[in-house]
Amino acid sequence: MSERRPPRNRSRVGAGLPLRMALVATVLGLCSVALVGRAAYVQLVNAEFYQRQGEARFLRELPIPTSRGMITDRNGEPVAVSTPVESVWGNPQELLRHPDRLPELARALGMPLDELSSRLSQRSDKEFYYLKRRINPDQAKAILALNIPGVFSQREFKRFYPQGEVMSHVLGFTNVDDRGQEGLELAFDEWLRGKPGSKRVIRDRQGRIVENIDLVKTAEPGKDLTLSIDRRIQFLAHRELRAALERHKAASGSMVVLDVATGEVLAMVNLPAFNPNAVSGGNQDAHRNRAVTDLVEPGSTMKPITVAAALNAGTATLNSRFDTSPGTLALGRYTIRDTHNYGVLDVTGIIRKSSNIGSVKLAEPLPNQYFYDFIRGFGYGSPPKSGFPGEAAGVLPPPARWSGSSKATISYGYGLSATPLQIAQAYAALGNHGRLITPTFVKGQINEARQVVPPHIADQVLKMMQTVTEPGGTATQAAILGYHVAGKTGTARQAAAGGYSRRYTTTFAGLVPATNPRFAAVVVINDPQAGSYYAGLVSAPVFRSVMEDALRLMDVPPDDIETWLAAQAAGEAKRQAGIKPLPAPLEEDFDDLAIPPAMSATGGSP
Amino acid sequence: MSRVLLVALILACVGSAIAVIYARYSHRQLFVELTRLERERDELNIEFGRLQLEQATWAEANRIDQLAQQRIGMKFPEVDDIVVVRP
Repeated sequence: MSERRPPRNRSRVGAGLPLRMALVATVLGLCSVALVGRAAYVQLVNAEFYQRQGEARFLRELPIPTSRGMITDRNGEPVAVSTPVESVWGNPQELLRHPDRLPELARALGMPLDELSSRLSQRSDKEFYYLKRRINPDQAKAILALNIPGVFSQREFKRFYPQGEVMSHVLGFTNVDDRGQEGLELAFDEWLRGKPGSKRVIRDRQGRIVENIDLVKTAEPGKDLTLSIDRRIQFLAHRELRAALERHKAASGSMVVLDVATGEVLAMVNLPAFNPNAVSGGNQDAHRNRAVTDLVEPGSTMKPITVAAALNAGTATLNSRFDTSPGTLALGRYTIRDTHNYGVLDVTGIIRKSSNIGSVKLAEPLPNQYFYDFIRGFGYGSPPKSGFPGEAAGVLPPPARWSGSSKATISYGYGLSATPLQIAQAYAALGNHGRLITPTFVKGQINEARQVVPPHIADQVLKMMQTVTEPGGTATQAAILGYHVAGKTGTARQAAAGGYSRRYTTTFAGLVPATNPRFAAVVVINDPQAGSYYAGLVSAPVFRSVMEDALRLMDVPPDDIETWLAAQAAGEAKRQAGIKPLPAPLEEDFDDLAIPPAMSATGGSP
Repeated sequence: MSRVLLVALILACVGSAIAVIYARYSHRQLFVELTRLERERDELNIEFGRLQLEQATWAEANRIDQLAQQRIGMKFPEVDDIVVVRP
């Protein structure tokens, strides 16, 4: 090309060459300086900002889900277990870009097509929508296998309660986000709940994970909780209470069984109950743990406390006698009645016959403040602080608010109210040589004992209560073969607007074996309509059937072997008369096909 | 002398650079392995929980009670059927 240039131009070009070279070099040089400078700026000065911006485009921190701790009974049997389920979610924006796939998806979800598309178009500006929550992992896999763009699934955990309604009130339940809503699930939510971890991953544009980079935070699974409840006693209590409710057409009922020496709650049952595996918002009434939230007037179950108060104050002794004839006593505007005229009773007789007049006479010489403090010492009028959410405190009016007849009515259990758990706690204290222990729901977490009455007085009262279940007492139906039973019945009219209604609350509180109590149990049955309304006939048999089996289950040695031997001798005589052949050995072999698979809800049965 | 030192330093620098790369690589490999093992552990735990749940469902007292009474006709012995063994 240069040869073709006209020579005359050459000198002009030649003269400017060094200048132009220098100019080009300078410009290029400045460009590279700018580039290097920019590179240095990006790499060194502002490196962090750009690094972050870049990573934000492909690095993601993903949560690692973790499971909620298991709840077991005192023998390690699981009573609440979290099991994984899948939640299928979709990206509405992406789904709506492929309307041809929607009929397929709707079929897989079991949802009408128009419903699905209307739901999706309502959320067309969103990127996340739960298509189906908490389904069986196999079902979720089938939906994902269709490979519809914009459909994903994530793991979640669902709570299962193998015991169903038997433990429903004690355990409570969790909500859809696996947080405790009621009962011990709520009380121990922090403990049971795991801490979800997080990890850093590289994701591509479609959100698929390309590589795991780093663990940011390890997931901490929730801790397990061992309850003091014994599944077997719990079941017995539920079964017997239900049978009694049906027999007497009663409205509701509760039973509490405490371990006397430790204060551990061995069983706590309420009826009506609910199925914690399928909680519906409808029947809130059945969700209440009546044993800790509902107040009942303790009725005659207060009398042993009154007797202990009188013995402790020294205003009565074991030999004191009280004239209860003629079976009525006028007190201000009221007349206090006994069911019969019992004549002259000693202190034991007042408990055995459940004489209202007797207990009024016992309480009469006691100073108001002393009597109030004494009852309060047994836990009446203040929440037990067992750790169960929503505990009721009960009502025990202070002496300043007492009217003329308050002391008298309180002495036989009217004019104050308590929860079944409080009554059980007070009786456990009587059985534990006067040492009151706050009930606990956690195995081994035993609260400190507090001496509320001297041991010899508690033991004396216990001995008196033993006569209640012996012939001549009010609760002979609570007697258990081979064991001495100490107890007290209480039949209270329910308070209603303007007085007391014709509805009854029947209570039985008892301790077995009486010579060295192991269990304290309270049975409360509300509003029995059929048969009897006497606690000795309604509540006491429940106590007997549950305790009979509980004593056997917990290997409690009998303390009344004499009656057992007598019964055996009678049986022996009968057997001599005609020896029954042994039942034929069983030939049926087990096939459990008739029983539905346990995991039908999740289909996880292998 | 200084040349030897320089070569040694260059070699050490390159060597450590490669070591860094290797360490990073093995970290990723191990992390992948860890994730896999953790997933395996979780799956096993979940399976265990599921089996426990299943066992608990089978062993539910109400079911055992029904089976014992109805299918194999068990009952609690009557008072006079019980033999007391004196110690």
